Amino acid sequence: MKTINRKILRNLWGMKGQVIAIALVIASGVATFIMSISTMQSLKLTQATFYKDYCFAEVFASLKRAPESLRLRIQKIPGIDRIETRVFAAVNIDIPGFPDPATGHIISIPDSGEALLNRLYLRQGRLPEPSREDEVVIGEPFAEAHDFKPGDKIGAVINSRRKSLTIVGIALSPEHIYQMPPGAVFPDFERYGVMWMGRAPLGTAYDLDDAFNNITLTTSPGANINDIIDRLDKLLKPYGGLGAYGRRDQLSHRYLSEEFRQLEQMATIFPVIFLGVATFLLSVVIGRLINLQREEVAVLKAFGYRKLDIGLHFVKLVLSIVLAGVILGIAGGFWLGKWMGTIYMEFYRFPFLKYELHPYVAVIAALVSAMAAILGTMHSLRKAALLPPAQAMRPEPPATYRETLPERLGLKRLLSQPTRMIVRHIGRRPVQSLLSVSGIAFACAIMMVGSFQGDAIDYMVDVQFGLSQREDLTVTFVEPTSRKALYNLKSIEGIEHGEVFRTVPVRLRSGHRSYRTAIQGLESGGDLQRLLNAELKTVALPPSGIALTDHLGDMLGVRAGDMLTVEVLEGSRPVFNVLVAALVSQYIGVSAYMDMSALNRLMREGNAISGVYLAADSQYLQEIFKKLKGIPHIAGTEIREKAIKKFYETMGETILIFTFINTFLAGIIAFGVVYNNARIALSERSRELASLRVLGFTRAEISYILLGELGILTLAAVPLGFLIGRGMCDYIAENLKTDLFRVPLILEANTYAFAATVVLVAACVSGLIVRRRLDHLDLIGVLKTKE
Amino acid sequence: MSKSADKETVVFKARKLTKVYDMGEVKVHALRGVDLELYSGELIVLLGPSGSGKSTLLNIIGGLDTATSGNVTYQEQDITMASDEELTNYRRFHVGFVFQFYNLIPSLTALENVAVVTEIAENPMNPAEALRLVGLGDRLDHFPAQLSGGEQQRVAIARAVAKNPEVLLCDEPTGALDFATGIIVLEVLERINRELGTATVLITHNADIAEMADRVIYLSDGLISRVRINGHKKSPRELRW
Repeated sequence: MKTINRKILRNLWGMKGQVIAIALVIASGVATFIMSISTMQSLKLTQATFYKDYCFAEVFASLKRAPESLRLRIQKIPGIDRIETRVFAAVNIDIPGFPDPATGHIISIPDSGEALLNRLYLRQGRLPEPSREDEVVIGEPFAEAHDFKPGDKIGAVINSRRKSLTIVGIALSPEHIYQMPPGAVFPDFERYGVMWMGRAPLGTAYDLDDAFNNITLTTSPGANINDIIDRLDKLLKPYGGLGAYGRRDQLSHRYLSEEFRQLEQMATIFPVIFLGVATFLLSVVIGRLINLQREEVAVLKAFGYRKLDIGLHFVKLVLSIVLAGVILGIAGGFWLGKWMGTIYMEFYRFPFLKYELHPYVAVIAALVSAMAAILGTMHSLRKAALLPPAQAMRPEPPATYRETLPERLGLKRLLSQPTRMIVRHIGRRPVQSLLSVSGIAFACAIMMVGSFQGDAIDYMVDVQFGLSQREDLTVTFVEPTSRKALYNLKSIEGIEHGEVFRTVPVRLRSGHRSYRTAIQGLESGGDLQRLLNAELKTVALPPSGIALTDHLGDMLGVRAGDMLTVEVLEGSRPVFNVLVAALVSQYIGVSAYMDMSALNRLMREGNAISGVYLAADSQYLQEIFKKLKGIPHIAGTEIREKAIKKFYETMGETILIFTFINTFLAGIIAFGVVYNNARIALSERSRELASLRVLGFTRAEISYILLGELGILTLAAVPLGFLIGRGMCDYIAENLKTDLFRVPLILEANTYAFAATVVLVAACVSGLIVRRRLDHLDLIGVLKTKE
Repeated sequence: MSKSADKETVVFKARKLTKVYDMGEVKVHALRGVDLELYSGELIVLLGPSGSGKSTLLNIIGGLDTATSGNVTYQEQDITMASDEELTNYRRFHVGFVFQFYNLIPSLTALENVAVVTEIAENPMNPAEALRLVGLGDRLDHFPAQLSGGEQQRVAIARAVAKNPEVLLCDEPTGALDFATGIIVLEVLERINRELGTATVLITHNADIAEMADRVIYLSDGLISRVRINGHKKSPRELRW
């Protein structure tokens, strides 16, 4: 090894504390980058592989009933590749030993055996025999939630007839990677399940022999999906078509896409912050190192080392630190990515996870880190390379200090000499002080981002279920029915109150924008479902016209007072224009609301209802469930409390993990910035501080001079961190806005407190480490060496 | 003494050398027109009080600094207007420096401090051999902090001579040393001048050291005030101060 390179190794060893601190910050940036990108790519690859291998359809449509012969006419639509007609029905599930009502969907499998599209990945057991009307395959999450195995039996109400079904297999489907009951916001694996049965028996059960009520298809390459959807809608309209849609509107697919988008964001925001901080630390530390090595540089130059040699020498030094950080970061990112992958596997039901880290991702991380480091230290490297040797041989002239602004404003006499030293030292390098403050502030901000999601979700749930959706139970009927059903339900013991509703699937259209949703017709003066304005105050349901969730209004580009076209997707599929009467505030999902009698009038259907919201005495819930199970035309019962609890369980886990990772990383940043500042201050001022010790200052007094400065910088950083953190949370909230949910910008006091605490603890720890060094200051040695 | 007697070959020639440091409000005239020759194998002592311009003169002929006016030739090549790269090559291949405060690289051992220079030279000695030459053959793996001041300065001398330079420029080499150690260092310099025939310029403000020179050049206020040729050179052992 060349001697000059050996010098690099010794220099690195000599400042190993700082090298480790910087390498850790770089490693954090690289690790978050690698983790997010590799998790995202792996999930996308897994998704793509699963979709392809198991033939996930591209267009989906439900209808009331069409003869199988319609298939031939659909086949003629240009651009269609494969078609599969199915029987698809909602079922009530009766699980032995599980009192809560559970619902699900049952989907047909062609009698020929293997489905053409949306094939099943069998985890256990086998597919049902085509002729057996009592054999089903059930989805894995539902099976896991109840510990079902092939051979177990469950009850189901299929087309109002109770049946006992035998589970013959457990499977996963590309159509139900994210399994959610329709209309729900959170997955509930215990109370919602998907199952599959042979086409012939299922068709018979639903009176769909040689007919279908659901169709999925794939298109040939280059086909125009929108055109196919339009033509399909036209063909299905006479058969009660509910409107075809592409993957974009398919629930499971949409949830996955949103999740991937979130990961993508994480892959940019966090690494940028970490690398920014690392770059700053490197620029300060290397700048200081080069200043300390002025004379060494001068000697090397005096003996004929070239500018380029000197420049490269320090570049190698910088890159060594970067390399350490990058290697650590890649290893850490790989490990975290795999871990995240297994966590995501809990949420999304992929049969397998193809985790892979593309080498180019690691190369990009390394190159970006190296470039950031070189850019950050460019100024110092140039200075070293261009240092005139004769001048560098002389020690640097004493630093110029000035009276600072607070002193000139007359505060001077209030400040002791040591305090003046602190203030002037900060004032001498305002840019560096500001950057230090920003670095620490970013640590604080990252902490806030970690906790913010928890606060926001608490708030979302409070608003959604505390103020807006206040029912305990929602009962949905198989078909629109008359108001009489309400009185039947109300007679059940324990039911305190009930309000009917009507749900109509629609496509809302304004100009070229459209959105598939459902209009909720609510009883005027109802108390269980309330609309909220932007200030979250209850607003009355407008007697005529439609109220839209504000986000839906944005998506459609309409405001209160505009007209909106409503295309009903059921029955005779009427089309009418309504006035947008109000925009209402809602964080979860998007919806359109109308007065129920106004909706009934537009639908020309009398007093039809789709279901009932119920308030119930929780003591009687078990009794109520039992009674509800006995009522045949109930399609589903949703229990609010359980939904919320389940949601907290699943979200809690991920949020805890993210908070943990964020706390850890923010701690590294705070420690890295404060520790480096302290070490540099120590090396710059040890002579001065030793002189003061010789003059009779105590250890505590000189510690005050050194650590007081860090204290001031840290304290200044906390409020700035709050501001930056709020801004980052706002940015994230704004970017995560989807029609599925909008995260409100809610930050609780304890989030601020927690962020500040982590930063202050990290600062204290690094302060203590430096303090130990101060205690061992070599008084005589320091004074003897020449400046 | 093979080359020291050969006073015909001129290594350096400086003519009307001036150097002005612009310190903003004031201009400091460090050199006001210096004429000087250095002959091959010769040992010159530049004597003068601090601020007389000795170091400036040394830096200019060593290629560390450039003159404001006048010219310097090294072996008939004009280095006055040399580019930075030419000066670097000049220092790399022809000049050896010894500084008052040794300026060793603290993170490198004695051997490595020499090697860092021989690795970029054209025809260097073995670094260990250079250290043996200055009597430090048993201190090769010591770091500067583990060496005494005199030992450090001898490492610096080994470093300067290991590349086999034509000229050795020493700026107050004993300035930071006590008398006895200073003598040892001067002995090493004298031996190298004698045995290797390296032309040596030695800066000092100590008039007694001038006794070991072939020629003594007195500098005061940026001008050469007097040149004295020593009829009888004293060996460092005979020096007293």
